[in-house]
Amino acid sequence: MKIGYYPGCSLESTAIEYDRSVRAVAAQVGVELIEIPDWNCCGASSTHPVDAVLTAALPARNLVIAEEMGLDHLAIPCAACFLRFRDAQKRLKEDPALRKKVEETLGKKYKGTTKISHPLSIFSQPEIKKKIKQKIVHPLKGLKVVCYYGCYLVRPPETTHIDDLENPMVMDDLIGLTGAEALDWAWKVDCCGAGHALLRPELVDRLVGDILEGARKTGAQGIVDACPLCQANLEGHQKGPDAPLPIFYFTELLGLAMGLEKEAEGWWKKHLISPKKAVARQR
Amino acid sequence: MKRDTAFAQKVMDEIPSVSRCYQCLTCTLGCPLVFAMDLKPHEILKHVQLGDKEKVLRASTPWICTSCETCATRCPNEINIVDLMDLLRKMSVKEGMVTEQGPKVNDVFLDEIRKRGRVHELSLVIDLKRKTGNLFKLDIDEIRLGIEMFLHGKLKILPTKIKGTDAIKKIFTRLEKAK
Repeated sequence: MKIGYYPGCSLESTAIEYDRSVRAVAAQVGVELIEIPDWNCCGASSTHPVDAVLTAALPARNLVIAEEMGLDHLAIPCAACFLRFRDAQKRLKEDPALRKKVEETLGKKYKGTTKISHPLSIFSQPEIKKKIKQKIVHPLKGLKVVCYYGCYLVRPPETTHIDDLENPMVMDDLIGLTGAEALDWAWKVDCCGAGHALLRPELVDRLVGDILEGARKTGAQGIVDACPLCQANLEGHQKGPDAPLPIFYFTELLGLAMGLEKEAEGWWKKHLISPKKAVARQR
Repeated sequence: MKRDTAFAQKVMDEIPSVSRCYQCLTCTLGCPLVFAMDLKPHEILKHVQLGDKEKVLRASTPWICTSCETCATRCPNEINIVDLMDLLRKMSVKEGMVTEQGPKVNDVFLDEIRKRGRVHELSLVIDLKRKTGNLFKLDIDEIRLGIEMFLHGKLKILPTKIKGTDAIKKIFTRLEKAK
């Protein structure tokens, strides 16, 4: 199965271990990821407060490249990029005047035919789940985690429609395949404070503090995540006397359980809070 | 309070659902950042309906809001509160009534995209510090976090510049003209 791949800016830098683990897991389950050549930033949270054409045009340039390459399916691992692409696609479909302006600005026709998916959905397709199950060689038995979805994967539901908006289970189910236990908890879709990390870190401290407290109360040994910004906030804003909680990308646990031990060593090195102890305990 | 009915009308023309708010407070009860806002989300809605332009456009609320979409998702009247926040941000910048640092983050971020087509996280942080006058006012937590990230190889030192910067330039030229 060939799928286009849009890593986004964070996956080149602070979330490089997410990029590597997504690619490694995809290769294991027979998904060939084709990176969109010369992709540009999606605009993140800085375009929608400024201008509607700008907000749609930045993702659209990438979508047009995918269309020209004949890629009808695009995987986007960053939750913020995923939402920006889905939002642009929806607004361009519903608003012909906006579409005309975007096409004029880009000097290209935009078809809007590319299906945009988060890797959580791609790896949850029944035939891929089956492959994952077959590939599990080191079940992570005894590892208790909580899955954290944050905002942009689930809201607004009419744009993301990835799963239930208050109690999504798509990540929990995938983690269940690894043999680890995904515990039920109430902080799944809470906000981490996102970009406030730049100018108002004290706001992120408070929101992250609540989420971590929730995870600890639930008895989790770590939090599993699917967004580079949430991961950076959850890992970088741990304060106080409690033992630090490792923050995994869901693809890292999938890869580890599939026996990608050597690769995992490289992923763990990129974590501010090493997950090594938490996963070693299970062997 | 000075009532500016033209302001109320302008907002409701753009986002008609705003007129449906009946103050049930669902938005405010679910908002994760309400503790840091001077006007709570349901108060913003009321002040918009009343045409209290000064109060609304000088509020910290749109800049504290992270667009997490919890309010809009739960609103029983399906009011697009997130689009409302975007509109208020635009109006408040245009009228020169911004009281928070929020627009500076957007400016610096957009500058990054304009120059290279991608965002280079390290340059973004440095530029933002320069723009907010905090380049040499570093806080100990920030320094520690920066060093940790560097030591773990999480910071890409050199930026990537895409080949298609011409297309990006066109997008921003249109934006300047539209302003």
